[in-house]
Parts: sequence; C-alpha cells; structure tokens
Amino acid sequence: MAKEKEIIKIVDLKRYFKVGDETVKALRGVSFTIYEGEFVTIMGTSGSGKSTLLNTLGCLDTPTSGQYLLDGISVQDMGKNERARIRNRKIGFIFQNYNLLPKTTALENVELPLLYNSGVSAKERAERAEKCLRAVGLGDRLYHKSNQMSGGQQQRVAIARALVNNPVIILADEATGNLDTRTSFSILTLFQKLYNEGKTIIFVTHNPELALYSSRNIMLRDGHIVSDEYNYDIKSAEEVYRNLPQEE
Amino acid sequence: MNIQNLLKIALKALNNNKMRCFLTMLGVIIGVGAVIAMLAIGQGSKDSIKAQISEMGSNMIMIFPGADKRGGVRQSSDDMQTLKPADYEALVTQASTIANITPTVSSSGQWIYGNSNYPSQAQGVNTQYLDIRQRSVAEGDFFTETDVKNAAKVCVLGKTLVDNLFPDGSDPIGKVVRFGKVPLTVIGVLEEKGYNTMGQDQDDLALVPYTTVMKRMLAIDYLQGIQASAIDEEQTEKTIDEITDILRTQHKLRDGDEDNFTIRSMQELAEMISSTSSMMTVLLAAVAGISLLVGGIGIMNIMIVSVTERTREIGLRMSIGATGRDIMTQFLIEAVIISVTGGIIGILLGALASWMIVTFAHWPVTVSASSVILSFLVCTVIGIIFGFYPAAKASNLDPIEAIRYE
Repeated sequence: MAKEKEIIKIVDLKRYFKVGDETVKALRGVSFTIYEGEFVTIMGTSGSGKSTLLNTLGCLDTPTSGQYLLDGISVQDMGKNERARIRNRKIGFIFQNYNLLPKTTALENVELPLLYNSGVSAKERAERAEKCLRAVGLGDRLYHKSNQMSGGQQQRVAIARALVNNPVIILADEATGNLDTRTSFSILTLFQKLYNEGKTIIFVTHNPELALYSSRNIMLRDGHIVSDEYNYDIKSAEEVYRNLPQEE
Repeated sequence: MNIQNLLKIALKALNNNKMRCFLTMLGVIIGVGAVIAMLAIGQGSKDSIKAQISEMGSNMIMIFPGADKRGGVRQSSDDMQTLKPADYEALVTQASTIANITPTVSSSGQWIYGNSNYPSQAQGVNTQYLDIRQRSVAEGDFFTETDVKNAAKVCVLGKTLVDNLFPDGSDPIGKVVRFGKVPLTVIGVLEEKGYNTMGQDQDDLALVPYTTVMKRMLAIDYLQGIQASAIDEEQTEKTIDEITDILRTQHKLRDGDEDNFTIRSMQELAEMISSTSSMMTVLLAAVAGISLLVGGIGIMNIMIVSVTERTREIGLRMSIGATGRDIMTQFLIEAVIISVTGGIIGILLGALASWMIVTFAHWPVTVSASSVILSFLVCTVIGIIFGFYPAAKASNLDPIEAIRYE
C-alpha cells in the first residue's frame, strides 16, 4: 500500500510542556512516515497526545525535539510567520466544530485561505472555491450563509475550505464528532471519496470504529505509538450510509 | 497578503456588526462634529471681527474723558467734563499725524415723525466723521462746516430710523422730524451697514452737527469724546503719544499726574476682541476634543470586546495561514475604518451644524479647510492609537488555544 512520495516524516518527535514546576510529556518520541495517498486515522484516548501530535503536524506547534519533514521541508525550526505560510499552502484543516465564519456565505468561507495568499487573483479564488464546493456536493448552496446550514452541510463547507488551497495533507480533528450517525457516515463517505481521488488524509479521532474505514491506523497511548497497522480491507462508508434507516 | 484582501476582510467583519459599529462610530461622529462646529464658530467670529475692523478703519482712535480708574473706582466717562471743545481745537491745530478728527456728543431720546416714533441716539459729530468711520451718505447730502458753525437744525438718518419713522416708504429727505422737542430737517440718509460683531445695529442712529447736540439738546459745554484717525495705520502708537502730549499740556498736567483722559485705538480693541474669541475657540475646541477622545476610547473598548468575541475566528484565520501581522493589520484597519468613517460623517455633520448656525442664528461661521484636514488626520491617528492595543492583543493569540476557545 505504501507509495513513493513521503508527505510527512517524523523522527523521534518529543513535545514537553511546562505546567508550573512539572513537565508534562505529551509526546515521548513518536516516529512515522506517511506517504502520498494514505488515509490515516490517529486514535487515542484523551491524554494520549493525539491533539499535541495534530498541532505539531499542522505546524501550529513546534516539537521540543525530533525531526519533522512536511513535503520534504524541515518544519521544526521554522518561525511563526513561515509556519503560517506553510499552513496556508500545504495544509487543509478540518475541525470538530467546523469553525466557519458566521453570517458569511459558503463561497466566502471557502475562499478564506486563498485571501491570505496574494498569488491568487480574485477571479481564480472564486473559481477554485466554487469548484471545491461542487466537489463536496454543495454546488447548489454557494450563497447560503453558514448559519443557515445544517451541521453536515457546514462540515462539507469546512472540507471544501480545506481543499481549496490544494494541500499536500488534509488534517481532520474529530471531523464527525459533532454529527449524528447518519451525517457522520455521509461525511466519512466524502473522506473516502477524497482518498480514492488520491488525497492524503490524517483523521484524528477517539472513535475506534473509524479505523475500519481508513487505510492505516496509528494508536497512541501516553505519548507513544502502541500500534501502527495497515488496513487492507477498507469498509465502504457509503454502503453503511445507504443501509442506515432514513430519518423520519 | 495584500492590503486589498485585508480591507475586504475588515469591511466584511464590520458589516456583520452594523449596529455596534455605528454606535462606536457615533462617539467619533459627535466628537468630530463638535470640533468642526466649534472651530467654525471661532474662525467665523475672528474673520468677521477682522472684516469689521478693516471696514471701520483700523487706524481709528477714540479719546474719552477721565482716567480708566480713579481711586480704584471706575466712573462713567459721560459724567466727566474734562474734555473741552478747546482740546479738540488744540488737536486740530497742533497734531501732525491725525488725518481726520471729530468731537462726539450724543443724546438719547425719542425720534418723532407724524404718528411714528422710535427711540434712538442723536450723534453729534462734525463733517469728518464719515471719513473716520468709513461711512457714506446714500441719499441726500451730509451737513456742512457752516451747519456745524451755526448749530443748524439738520440731521442725517440711519436706515433703521428711516424705516421706523417712515414706515410707508416715503422719501424722508426734506421732511422735518423731531428729536424730543427739537425739530430737525432731514437732509440725508446714511448708507446701510448692518450689524457689527457685537450685534449692534450700526444703522440705528442719526448724525447731527455736534454743536446742535451741545447747544440745543444737552446744553453742555464739554465733549463726551473725540474720535480721530491716524494718517498711517502703522503709526497709530505714535499718534496716540502725540495726542497724549497735546492733551496733557492742554490740561496742564504735571509729570506724575495721571492722565484725565483715556485713549483707545481700534487696533487695541481688535486685538482684545480677537484674543478673547481665540480663547473661547480654544476652550470650545478643547471640550469638543475631549469628546473625540472619549470616542476613541469607545473604539478601543469595542475592539477589545470584538477581539475576545472573535477569538475562535482569529484562531481559525491563523490556522489557515494568517500571520500575526495579517491579524493585526485586519483589526487596525477595522478600527481606522470606524474612526475615519465616523470622522467623515462628523465633518459633514459639523459643516451642517455650522450652516444651520449661519442660517438660523445668524452667527458668522467659517468652516476652514485646515480644521477639516486636521480632524481627518486626528481621526486616523485616533483609530490607529486606540486600535493598536486590541489589534496587538489579537495578533498575539496562540492559534491552538484560540481555535478551541469557547
């Protein structure tokens, strides 16, 4: 299943926090490599270090020690502004609570990352945003405001927003955590569709069930990797979705 | 990240909070409007004083009998009898820097014609009065030296008197009006001059030979004052010195004696009025400026609330690639848009208020370009200063914490 291109390579990543006099060791030496086109779920209970790992992978945080290569670029020594630029060009974030701008249309929300990229013209921005919204099945809701949409629709907008800058990696943080089962599976179906199109996805969750739908699963506990397994029998989320009882 | 995109983002954010935005702006609007209106009133009164002075002749000198103070008690100059016609004669013959000079005596009373009457003054002057006060006769003639010598019963009326004594609009020239019991023939009408800076109606008077007022109306042998004009405006001071010397000799005052007369020049008066009005302007503008400052603090307050409220939005923007600088610029732009838009509305409102003052209160008001430019700059600076702290606060947020902020 492994492919040639390394998207993420971390070696002996450690992240310690100072809380008062104590040192909290959130990551105690984590190493793995994620190749292009993988759909990786990172699993762990709260306190396992998965949030810290996600922040580090997302270039929001810097490791205390260890090496992090994103798309071949060494990130661990970057300054704040360089990391902001990396986030803008190479990473697509999807959050549990969507984090859309209120009172703002779907199209404008999706355009947002491109606004911080001066190389993209207004015309190109609108075209790309529209294309991404169509890709997530919201072609008919371009001008709906975020507060007029359901949770599932909002998460689709958020996914479109994560796709619009053509990132090398999509980082999802409990992306289905706020949704009911049915909507969760429809979102999961969308993730699988993106995976089939060759996108690289990291999906952080505490829900062990989701491991069945990804191509690889990394388990974290107390800042260590306890298992890292490939899944050669990926379950189809779409099938589950179809078999779920329709809502009244 | 270019400014155009940030501007768009800031405008969008403000648009999402129209009411709050407007209320915040209101502080600036009121502040700037007040500053503009106050400065306009100040500038207007200064301009009008200047115009008035130059119209009245800035080389005018007035001499009153009596000292300013005697034994610490001020006395009404009308009661003093120290200024005599002989003093006037002496000034006419001896002073070399005086262009025109007239004695002044005035009597208040009722002017009567037919069944119309009107209370006003009979100003006793000589033929040079018109040149000193820069006035002219609109219809008819002014009285002559002979009229003055003979204490002729003639008068030249101001427009206000004409309007009140001849309400039917008939020609007053040649008519005989009465001032109290004295019948006077109207020989001319003064050109209209309107109100002066102090709000006095300059047309509410009648000019009569001073001899007529002294002999036939008041029965006095002293003058109430002397008005003169210096040959050269620049040498008013010198003229005043010359007059002082002549009058001291005339009054046989020894060295060390106080002057028993007072000399005022128009320049002095002008400076006095102008400095008073400058002080008022500064005072009013300072009060208005304080309200502008309060407006600025209002902006800061709202921006801080806004930063806290939008913590998650800021976290999101950072996580999708906004740098601290982008966030800072965005919030600064928001603050400056509020203050500058408020400023522009304030300037318009101030100008409107000024216009209303002109229209309804008839005050002289001038909105100067410099006050508009100044207010505009002050607004921008206020936006930057009071927006800076909240913007810096926003840009220093940790995206990890900000994005999970509840």
